[in-house]
Amino acid sequence: MSGARVHGGALIDRSRPLGCSFEGRRLTAYAGDTLASALLANGASVVGRSFKYHRPRGLLAAGVEEPNALMRVGRSEQIATNLRATEVELWDGLEAWPINCWPNARFDLGAVNNLFSRFIPAGFYYKTFMWPHWGLFEPFIRKAAGLGVAPDQPDPSRYETRHAHCDVLIVGAGPAGLSAALAADAGGKRVILVEQDPALGGSLLDEDKAFIDGRLSDDWLSEAKASLGAARDVRVLTRTTATGYFDHNCLSLLERVPREPTRPNLPSERLWIVRAQKVVLATGALERPLVFPGNDRPGVMLASAVRNYLSRFGVLAGQQVVIFTNNDSAYAAAVAIQEAGGKILAVVDIRAARPPEVTKRLAKLGAPLLEGARVVATRGRPSLTEVDILEATGRRRRIKADLLAMSGGWNPTAHLHCQSGGRLAWDEAIAAFRPGARAQAEVSVGAANGVFGLGAAMTEGARAGGGSEPATSGTASPWTIEPLWRVAAKGKAFVDFQNDVTVSDIELAARESFISVEHLKRYTTLGMAPDQGKTSNVNGLAVMAELTGRSIPETGTTRFRFPYTPTAFGALAGRARGELFRPYRRLPTHDRQHAAGAVLEEYGGWLRPAYYRRVGETPHAAEQREAMSVRTGVGLFDGSPLGKIEVVGTDAASFLDRLYANSMSTLKVGRARYGLMLNEVGVVIDDGVTTRLAEDRFLVGTTSGGAERISSWMDEWLQCEWPTLDVLIAPVTTAWAVLTLTGPQARAVLQSVGGDIDLSPAAFPHMAYREGRVAGHQARVLRASFTGEVSFEVSVAWDQAEDLWDRLAQAGAPFGMAPVGIDAWMLLRTEKGYLHVGTDTDGSTAPADIGWERTFRRRDEFIGRRSLTRPDNLRTDRHQLVGLEGLEPVALTPGGHVRGGALAAGSEGYVTSSGFSPILGRGVALGMLKGGSRRHGEVLTVVTGPDKGRRVRVTAPGAYDPQGERLNG
Amino acid sequence: MLLINCPWCGPRDEMEFHCGGESHIACATSADRASDAEWADYLFNRSNPKGLILERWVHDGGCRSWFNIARDTVTHEIRLVYKMDEPRPGDELAGSGAPR
Repeated sequence: MSGARVHGGALIDRSRPLGCSFEGRRLTAYAGDTLASALLANGASVVGRSFKYHRPRGLLAAGVEEPNALMRVGRSEQIATNLRATEVELWDGLEAWPINCWPNARFDLGAVNNLFSRFIPAGFYYKTFMWPHWGLFEPFIRKAAGLGVAPDQPDPSRYETRHAHCDVLIVGAGPAGLSAALAADAGGKRVILVEQDPALGGSLLDEDKAFIDGRLSDDWLSEAKASLGAARDVRVLTRTTATGYFDHNCLSLLERVPREPTRPNLPSERLWIVRAQKVVLATGALERPLVFPGNDRPGVMLASAVRNYLSRFGVLAGQQVVIFTNNDSAYAAAVAIQEAGGKILAVVDIRAARPPEVTKRLAKLGAPLLEGARVVATRGRPSLTEVDILEATGRRRRIKADLLAMSGGWNPTAHLHCQSGGRLAWDEAIAAFRPGARAQAEVSVGAANGVFGLGAAMTEGARAGGGSEPATSGTASPWTIEPLWRVAAKGKAFVDFQNDVTVSDIELAARESFISVEHLKRYTTLGMAPDQGKTSNVNGLAVMAELTGRSIPETGTTRFRFPYTPTAFGALAGRARGELFRPYRRLPTHDRQHAAGAVLEEYGGWLRPAYYRRVGETPHAAEQREAMSVRTGVGLFDGSPLGKIEVVGTDAASFLDRLYANSMSTLKVGRARYGLMLNEVGVVIDDGVTTRLAEDRFLVGTTSGGAERISSWMDEWLQCEWPTLDVLIAPVTTAWAVLTLTGPQARAVLQSVGGDIDLSPAAFPHMAYREGRVAGHQARVLRASFTGEVSFEVSVAWDQAEDLWDRLAQAGAPFGMAPVGIDAWMLLRTEKGYLHVGTDTDGSTAPADIGWERTFRRRDEFIGRRSLTRPDNLRTDRHQLVGLEGLEPVALTPGGHVRGGALAAGSEGYVTSSGFSPILGRGVALGMLKGGSRRHGEVLTVVTGPDKGRRVRVTAPGAYDPQGERLNG
Repeated sequence: MLLINCPWCGPRDEMEFHCGGESHIACATSADRASDAEWADYLFNRSNPKGLILERWVHDGGCRSWFNIARDTVTHEIRLVYKMDEPRPGDELAGSGAPR
């Protein structure tokens, strides 16, 4: 094979040479070249190695269907792998390497696999590596599997996501698609026209010049481009592939953004999500290879690809050329090759007869025609030097050639039609599947609809763009074909080049009864991976049909899946990566937290202080110090993420009675009550303190992580089940910042910042609520406690939190007040036995399991009530909340299992919360234990991993101040 | 991705919504009188049809309103959108108008 640059090339600019390299060797190339065209122009024949057998491979195709030329492309830090060379537009400085070979594509050590190929047939790893067990072999097979090596650094490229709407989305800007776009624009429609190539025109760029509306096709194309460019409501996206067709006419488009050295911040790709009223699929057709022994040798190419490289890039793929075909379309390619200076040595046509126009073309070529013949072998290392032909007479003939251009017919590109839910119908006239019944508002036109004549395709496109149905279904094909699915001869005949699937693999699958196409695909890997069967699908299932004596439509096709072409994960993620993947919410005192030495971590989407670091202090020491300061003095805690929902209306009390497992309507104004919420199955879903602000106004407190979930829950019940209640639900979590003073000195600190609320225990008892001024701010103050100490939860407007923090911190300094992080906060509540929903409870915890037997006694209706007496909720061996008193001076590990005497009894429960209590000098823990509420006093063992176990005594949940006397100070 | 016609906001992308499951689920008898079996049936069993289903959705990325839709689980066609206070649609949905 000796490709070379000749004249012509519609897409390249010979005045702008580019410097690029392949395997470190310099390529001569021009702006507009693809990596594939440059490789071909520079005479490279072997551009990669096959997946399984590491056979040398050259370019087969010129477009997205290229199965062989997969490349690693980029420079230094910015490398992408498994890119098809035919889709890589060259830029100055680009470096490319082949994949799946070492040390290089021409000499590859992995090629040893080819010698052992008879030992590695389809499905070999399922059969061979079962003894002694699969896990022994898996690492080696994993290493051998796959193609390119994934980069080990984060992808430095930027990606964007865009959303768009239009009346008509047209996929493909060949003659049919352009006609559709012009007609849609003329009809005043909003149009998006998508073309995967850098240039509009499709087959107009490649095929013989024709007259369109009395003009030369080139002129028509220029006018169409100008007209669409000037149109107000037409968006033309080139270098853009429609990759997915989803429900309700939603499509994904992937736009490759060309590099511009002066604009380094441009994204490398844009993912478009488009919703269209109507979709016109003008996606053209892909040429099929012929299946014969040696058809994968470099130098064997699709006839249309040879022509494509000539017309677009001015590259002639070979000089001494044999044509092998079963249809008329290859003859036009033959003429183009000859006109460009290639020599047609023979046309091998399996058919005995041809239409007169073809015979005329043949006469012009002057090349010998071998009727009824077929290619049975190829020779040459590493690329083609000889073609073996079996003539109709039975005589074998050998021709020296460096290029074999083949055509096995054309498959309409119906991938998107099928993704949309549409069916395929077999068309004998073109020996291919074409779009059949539709499921969405889409229509296929032109070659994508199996209509190959230029005029007919354009008419069909124009009708579709104008809103009419195509009237041309059944139009006679401009070429004839005699199907040939495989040449029966000795040697490896490849059906799927990318996955190294041969005819014999399909025969093996048939022998072993994997005859369904979906089984065939998975057993042999036919049509899998990036290729998705673009060149192999129909050939593969046709061979299977022959082997099983079924028709092709009976055999059927595999399911077409998103994406049509491989898509980088980064493109799907768009901007949602790193810090923007799920942005953290910040406390209103975020900046003060930093100043106070907070070590911030994520809790339920919020960035909150785990602990406050002091010089020389371990995290554990910080937690212990902060906890002690609360028990003995006073601590300051930013509790702003605490969920806050205002429930307002004449029916607010009755609404909350139905939502809570305990009654809220009996609550007096200015007082607060702890409440438990259940779902309908009777499982605890949230808890919190609810305050009655006025007769018809409540402030519902939820867990920090439950704020949004619970307001949605309330909305659903109010809107769907009790729409007649006069209730308004207002989530106000981020309207109010909450700074909590807690500890025996809390009152003293609050008094010293000044305000008009009487803080004395008699005037402001535990679980009471007051409004007034605190340190100059209008504030809501609640006496509720999660630490067991006297606590004042001071709420001010979100934007005043920093000032309040400063004033409280200043006032607290004489008392030795310390800010308290989540670690110490959780330790304090564990000491007190206050449960944390979701930590100490799970999706099966009923109220009675956490000591709320009183729910059984409530008479009126509430969510979950009926489920309390479901048989499962009355079991005596349910996991119930207990305290676990460590009998050794260490903290237990959360998640550790609780074991009783008999080992055989297995786990009887587990530790849910744990810490070392500095005030008690021992481990404190909460846990769930089978039948736990009746087992107080038992001594059990907590086991963690290889640990021998720690002895614990089962107690009631509260370890510190069990009577709760400190709350009332 | 579905295109859902919120009765308050108009057609919006599915990503703005959440599905709340099958609509018009009620316990045959009052909760108090329901047997354990009846109650379990109410809690856990859904029709899961191949074909038309009535289900409720919330436009939580928009107006936060709940509403009902009639959706074909095979074609994903949405045949009807109706508000929470509108009656359960009857036989008029039974006919097949779905494009296939």
